[in-house]
Amino acid sequence: MSDMIAAPHHIDQPFIIGSRQLQSRLIVGTGKYKDMQETGAAIAASGTDMVTVAIRRVNIGQDPNQPNLLSVVPPEKYTILPNTAGCFDADSAVRTCMLARELLDGHNLVKLEVLGDQKTLYPNVVETLKAARTLIDDGFEVMVYTSDDPIIAKELENMGCVAVMPLGSLIGSGLGLTNPHNIRLILENASVPIIVDAGVGTASDAAIAMELGCAGILMNTAIAAAQHPVLMASAMKKAVEAGREAFLAGRMPKKPYAAASSPETGYFFK
Amino acid sequence: MHIFINGESKSVAATTLEQLVVELGFQGKRIAVEMDGQLVTKSKHATTQLSDDAKIEIIHAVGGG
Repeated sequence: MSDMIAAPHHIDQPFIIGSRQLQSRLIVGTGKYKDMQETGAAIAASGTDMVTVAIRRVNIGQDPNQPNLLSVVPPEKYTILPNTAGCFDADSAVRTCMLARELLDGHNLVKLEVLGDQKTLYPNVVETLKAARTLIDDGFEVMVYTSDDPIIAKELENMGCVAVMPLGSLIGSGLGLTNPHNIRLILENASVPIIVDAGVGTASDAAIAMELGCAGILMNTAIAAAQHPVLMASAMKKAVEAGREAFLAGRMPKKPYAAASSPETGYFFK
Repeated sequence: MHIFINGESKSVAATTLEQLVVELGFQGKRIAVEMDGQLVTKSKHATTQLSDDAKIEIIHAVGGG
């Protein structure tokens, strides 16, 4: 009997990106936290097994023995996803990925983002396509940040990107999914994981993206800029799981009028 | 020798990239190195000679989304 209760109605597919399989559908950034301790605590509370990092100059004057990000999120425990944040052309993005691969001992999975302008950080799709081509030809597994244009999303998939990551809304804006219809169009045609990257502000935004059928969500500011980042990380873990289960369960159809939940026969008061 | 490290002008005793990494205290740390815009893999640090006014970039992973 207990076996029957435990048996799930729908077994989820494993979450596979390129050559890697992940347990959690939540991918978390490591930027903007108060300190390394808060970073570590939030990452742990999120339940993620993939974290993004940025590639920057070391501080030459600084003590080289200062706590390092990769000691808080060790590559033995987390899949490290180096990003190309801050790159506004294909060449600097490719250069960043080459340095990241060297830094991480030949690790070839990267998050490609090539940005258009400072104010919006909107993806520059022309440069993104160029960089993606170069990186794929050089053996990288590319998870690509892009606009919510379904034609471009398919183009990036056809090119060989292992995941396509349309924005929910502008990076760091917390506006949620401003165009869920486009995300749905992207999902309809996709055969690689579609991951909403950027724009999530709170737990319900994450749930909405997962209910649409996204394979996962990548977020940073929604957790790091919350009043209590560790608690928000835990909320996001649940929202992503809840949204995924709701997607698998299949929501009820919407109706314009009421439908009683209790029997409409056997009344003793009529 | 005079070189540029991460954009800063420096005089160093090192004559190879490997010696430079040691001189700066980064041996065994997770870093990657470029010289004059070209990635130099770890296996080539020992045999890569520094030249005057070489532009060295030393990078690592930091918090980011």
